[in-house]
Amino acid sequence: MTSRLSRRQWRRVSRVVQYALFFVVLGLLVTTADWTRLGNQFAQKDLVARLFPDIITTALVNTVVYTASGFLFGLVLGLVIALMRLSSVAPYRWAAGVYIEIFRGLPALLIFIFVGVAVPLAFPGTEIPGGTYGKVALGLGLVAAAYMAETFRAGIQAVPKGQMEAARSLGFSHTRATVSVIIPQALRIVVPPLTNELVLLFKDSSLVLFLGVTLQERELTKFGRDLASQTANSTPILVAGLCYLLVTVPLGFVVRRLEARAARAR
Amino acid sequence: MKGKVKHAMAADDNDATRPRPTEIEIRDLHKSFGATEVLRGIDLQVAPGEVVCVIGPSGSGKSTLLRCVNLLEEPSRGRIVVSGTDVTDPDVDIDAARRRIGMVFQQFNLFPHLTVSGNLVLPQRRVLGRDRRTADRVARENLRRVALDDKADAYPAQLSGGQQQRVAIARALAMDPRVMLFDEPTSALDPELVGDVLAVMRSLAADGMTMVVVTHEMSFAREVADRVVFMDEGRVVEQGPAAQVIGSPRHERTRDFLTRVLDPAASKL
Ligand SMILES: Nc1ncnc2c1ncn2[C@@H]1O[C@H](COP(=O)(O)OP(=O)(O)O)[C@@H](O)[C@H]1O
Ligand SMILES: [Mg+2]
Repeated sequence: MTSRLSRRQWRRVSRVVQYALFFVVLGLLVTTADWTRLGNQFAQKDLVARLFPDIITTALVNTVVYTASGFLFGLVLGLVIALMRLSSVAPYRWAAGVYIEIFRGLPALLIFIFVGVAVPLAFPGTEIPGGTYGKVALGLGLVAAAYMAETFRAGIQAVPKGQMEAARSLGFSHTRATVSVIIPQALRIVVPPLTNELVLLFKDSSLVLFLGVTLQERELTKFGRDLASQTANSTPILVAGLCYLLVTVPLGFVVRRLEARAARAR
Repeated sequence: MKGKVKHAMAADDNDATRPRPTEIEIRDLHKSFGATEVLRGIDLQVAPGEVVCVIGPSGSGKSTLLRCVNLLEEPSRGRIVVSGTDVTDPDVDIDAARRRIGMVFQQFNLFPHLTVSGNLVLPQRRVLGRDRRTADRVARENLRRVALDDKADAYPAQLSGGQQQRVAIARALAMDPRVMLFDEPTSALDPELVGDVLAVMRSLAADGMTMVVVTHEMSFAREVADRVVFMDEGRVVEQGPAAQVIGSPRHERTRDFLTRVLDPAASKL
């Protein structure tokens, strides 16, 4: 009989097979794809040149503005909802709980459409201030607030009870203790998940695609898609995609650094 | 002053030079959590400069008693007067009253995001409104008092438990309290670190600080306490000089408790 392979030999064989599989699949994809047609569709140099500077000065800037306004609105509303969730007044807790369940349970797109249609219906004659910008901040912020509220709540609750008691025993008022002792500790805990939320919002701002917006209000996705259909070529989509990655990849890197630092501090 | 304890009857005392007969006065204190009555009518007076050690089995209400004194728990009934301020008065400025009452917890509760010096400076500045230089100076003085002036720039996590507890004591002292409450300050410490903390408390007592100390350290109680109070099931069962309560307890329950606490220690001797 031939000798059986030892466990170590088995691991080595298995490793070789995994490498082989990876390169075979990659090779198949590379050799069978029609690179000429792909190149024509997605990487037309003269088209790329035509996208600039508008894709940066209008589309990327708008994406950032939509994200930032949605984030700020969500941050404030999220903090309020988190404090309601931790309130000693039961109806506040219930209301906050219901809000969180609803807005985490619905697709963001549905909320976007709802904001665009329902608000003008519910309050006839009123406009959401800020036009498209206001609508987007509201749509993105309403969803983000639900997630951020849970993040804030977890952060505040992660600060041990003894911290508040120690501060109170030194003569701090509840508010002062919250501001000088509890919030600084909670903040360290919530910065990584909040940055993560910022990345999610940055991508969700593409939902503006479904609102009617003017040329000047277009963000990356709408800008890319509009130009793709105008030129019957997909290069604008690819460039828009690269613009997203330009922001999301570094931000993701920052999140992981922050998370690692928080883990070390524990 | 040690041994010559002024009790509640001090009010009848002819000693006119003493303006305030009691630093802490607790009358008929009751505290319930829901249906469970944890404190069932506590009467206790502590004279200025007196060191009172509170002993008793776990769950007898010792922590709750201390926490009622600075209103971390709200009493269900009764009256507590600390340094002339009725802290149970609904109109009392409790934050102002607490400034005069230092509290040291079993778990230290230092602020982990601040350095040792930051832990002492922040409350002085935010609560007492002291300027940076004064707060720094007071912080240094009090860190020297607990022999940790070389650790001013360290973070709590970098210190041993015994060092953290001494910082916690210094933090309370920096607020110039009239009264210090200690809730099992050495119970969370490794045995070899207990001595340093007790030494700090001993020197505080020698400086004339009014102290209420919940502790299981019987040798500390015997040596430092002017009076020992034995609590069980939410009541003061017996109190008196340390030598009497620990040495020859009158009550059955005190004897039972002391045998349980002292036995392991006795076998070590
Ligand atoms: N916040 C609280 N809620 C409910 N029960 C409590 C609370 N704090 C203390 N107790 C109860 O009160 C009793 C006395 O507790 P405590 O004062 O901590 O006793 P000790 O310090 O003497 O061990 C215990 O039975 C404890 O379970
Ligand atoms: Mg206790």
